[in-house]
Amino acid sequence: MTAAAPRELGVLEIARGAGDGTTVLQRFEVPFEPGASVLDGLIWIREHLDASLAFRYSCINANVCKECVMRIDGENAYACMARLQKGITRLEPLTGKRRLRDLACDTVPPKERLPGIVE
Amino acid sequence: MSVISEQATYLDTEVLVIGAGGAGMYAALAAADRGARVLLVDRNMIGRGGATIMAQMTVAAALGAECPDHWQDHLTDTIEAGRGLCVEPLAERLCHDAPQRMREMDEWGVGWARSGETIRQVAAPGHGVPRCCYVDFLRTGPAVAGTLRRKVTREQNITCVSDLVITDLAIDEGTCIGAAGRLSNGTHALVAARAVVIATGGLTKLYQRSSASTNMAGDGYALAARAGAELIDMEFVQFFPIGHLAPRLVGMDPIMWDPFRYKLGGRLLNGEHEEFIERYGAQDSGRYTATRDIATYAIAREVQAGRGSPRGGAYLSFTHLSQRELRAAFGPVIDRLAENGIHLDARPVEVAPIAHYHMGGVRVNAAMSTCVDGLLAAGEAVGGAGGANRLSGNAITEALVFGHLAGGHAADFALRHRGKAKPNALALASVVSAASPEPAPGSGSSEARPAVQMQAELRQLMWDDVGPFRDQTGLERAKTKLAALSSELAELPVPCDEVFSNELFDWYEMRSSLIAADAVTSAALARTESRGAHQREDWPMQRTEWEHNQILSWRDNRFTMRCSADSGRGRAR
Repeated sequence: MTAAAPRELGVLEIARGAGDGTTVLQRFEVPFEPGASVLDGLIWIREHLDASLAFRYSCINANVCKECVMRIDGENAYACMARLQKGITRLEPLTGKRRLRDLACDTVPPKERLPGIVE
Repeated sequence: MSVISEQATYLDTEVLVIGAGGAGMYAALAAADRGARVLLVDRNMIGRGGATIMAQMTVAAALGAECPDHWQDHLTDTIEAGRGLCVEPLAERLCHDAPQRMREMDEWGVGWARSGETIRQVAAPGHGVPRCCYVDFLRTGPAVAGTLRRKVTREQNITCVSDLVITDLAIDEGTCIGAAGRLSNGTHALVAARAVVIATGGLTKLYQRSSASTNMAGDGYALAARAGAELIDMEFVQFFPIGHLAPRLVGMDPIMWDPFRYKLGGRLLNGEHEEFIERYGAQDSGRYTATRDIATYAIAREVQAGRGSPRGGAYLSFTHLSQRELRAAFGPVIDRLAENGIHLDARPVEVAPIAHYHMGGVRVNAAMSTCVDGLLAAGEAVGGAGGANRLSGNAITEALVFGHLAGGHAADFALRHRGKAKPNALALASVVSAASPEPAPGSGSSEARPAVQMQAELRQLMWDDVGPFRDQTGLERAKTKLAALSSELAELPVPCDEVFSNELFDWYEMRSSLIAADAVTSAALARTESRGAHQREDWPMQRTEWEHNQILSWRDNRFTMRCSADSGRGRAR
C-alpha cells in the first residue's frame, strides 16, 4: 500500500467556556502550512470541526482591526500575526477582560456598550 | 414578535447609521454637525471593520496640488472608466465634493503625505493627471479610519454602539421608522429613528478570495432590498487584478502591491517571465496604466492558457530596484515583508485577481436617498457612481463624499419630522416581523450543516460561476445552488439566546448574503454582453443596446428587474 505523505498538523489547545462558567481545554488538529497564522487555524476549525467556537476578528490577517487579540502561549498577541506552529499552541481569552465566550472578551470600549449588555 | 418587544433593548434616536467604516463615520459626523442626535452602530467594533481601514492605497480628488486639475477632468476620467454606465449625478457629486472632503480630512489631522507644503498626488491607472493622495507608509486606510474614529467618539451628539447586528429595517407605510437587531448577548434591540443610513459596505465576502474585511457580506443590500428600496448595477463586481497570492503574507492588506506600483512601477509577468498585458490591448511596460478590468482579464486568460505562475496567478517583479530604492519608498514596510520571507530586490511575488469592490448597490438620488422615505445609503453600499468599472482611487473618496451627503440629508429629513410621534417597541416589532423569518431555535450540535459551512460553499460557487468570467450555464447553475442554500438555511436550527453565538450571526449574515448573491447572479444572467467588470464568455462583445443600468426590486422573495430609461451616458460619448 502506498500511503500518501502524512499531512503536517498543528494543534490548537483552546480554553473554552462562557462568561464566569467553567473552562475546558479542548484540542483541535489543524492543517499546517508554512506561513499560516493562528487566525487561519481558528477559521479552519469553525468551518470544519466546530462552528460554535467563538473569537473576534474583522479584517483578514492584515492586523488593522486589532480585534483578534488573545493570550497565545501565555502572552497577549494578535492571532492574525502569530504563526501557526507544528506543535501545540495554547489559546486563552485575555485575563483583564470579562469573557463572553471562548476566546471572545468584552473588549468593546465601555462607552460603546449598551447598558443592557453589562449585567 | 411581542416576545421580542418585551425583552428587547429599546433605543431612540434621530439618525441611525448602520456600519461604522469610513462612510458610516463620516455620515454620523455630518448628521451631528446639523444638530441631529445620531446612533452609530456596528456589528463588530466602531471604526475597526469595513473596507476603508483595510485600504493601504490612495484617494482620488482634483486638488490641483501637484499640477493643474479640475473636478470636471476627474469626472471625465471616472465616466470613461465606467464604460458608459456611470449614474452621472452621483459621479458628479463624487468628483465635485472630493477636494472639500480631502481638505476637511487634512484639517482633522489625517496626515496626507506632502512634499514641502504641498499634498503629494500620484498617478494611477485611468487618471489623466497625478490625482491620488495617500498617507505614508501604506497607512492611508488606517489613518482615515483612525481620524474619523477619534472624531466620532468625541462628538457629543453621537452615541456609538459596537457588537450590534442590524437584522431588519422597520418600514411603516413606505417610511423607514427604525430597525431591529441582535446584541452580542443574543438579546434583541429595537431602534426608533427618523432617518436611517445604510453604510455597511459591499459584498466581497461572497467570494473565495477577497480583499476587504470579513464583515462585508452584502448585509446592506439585503436590508435595503427587503425594505423595498431598489438596487442598481448589481452585476458589476470589481476584481482587483494584482491581489497578493504567494508567498503567504500576514499583517498586510492583500492589495498592497498597488501603491508599490504607483510609486515604483513594477513589471507584471506571466509564468514564462514575459510581459503580456499588451496582448490584451492595454499598455503597461512597468508604468502601470492598464485599468483593472483589462488587467484582471489578461491575468486570468494567461493562467487559463497554461502560462500562469506556480500558484495560479502572475508574477509581479520589482527586481530592477535596489534595496535602497525600495527602502526610500516604503521604509518599515520593507522589514515587514522580510519577516514574511519576501525580498523584492531578489525575487518576484505572485499575484492574482481578488474580489475587491462592488460597483453596484443601493439605488439613491444625488441626496443619497432611496425610494423609501427616511432610508438613505452611503459609501460602497451605494450603487451606480462607478458604472461598469470603478476608477482606482475613487472608493475612499466615495466613502467620504457620500458619507457626508447622506449624513447631512438624513439629519435634514429627521429634523423636518421632529414633531412626529416616535414608534414604541411594540410598533417597531410588529412592522419588522411582517416579512422576516427568524432562525429556528435549536442546538448547534444537531446533524445539520452549520451556516459557516454554507458560507464556504457560497464563496466557492460565486468564485467559480459568478466571478470574473461568466456564462449562461454557470450563472444558471449558481441560481439553482443559491435556491438550495436558501431552503437549507431556512431549516437550520441555531442557538438563538446564547452570549456571543457566532452561529446566530452566521445565520443572519447568510440570509443577507444569499439575497445579495441572487441580485448579482440574476443581473449577470440578464446582461447578455461583456462590459467592464462583467465579462460573459458567451457574449464577449460590448453591445450598444446594453448601454443602460439594470434596476432590481425584491418582491415575494425574488428579484424583478427593469432597465433604466436614461442611463448614465451623456458625457461618456
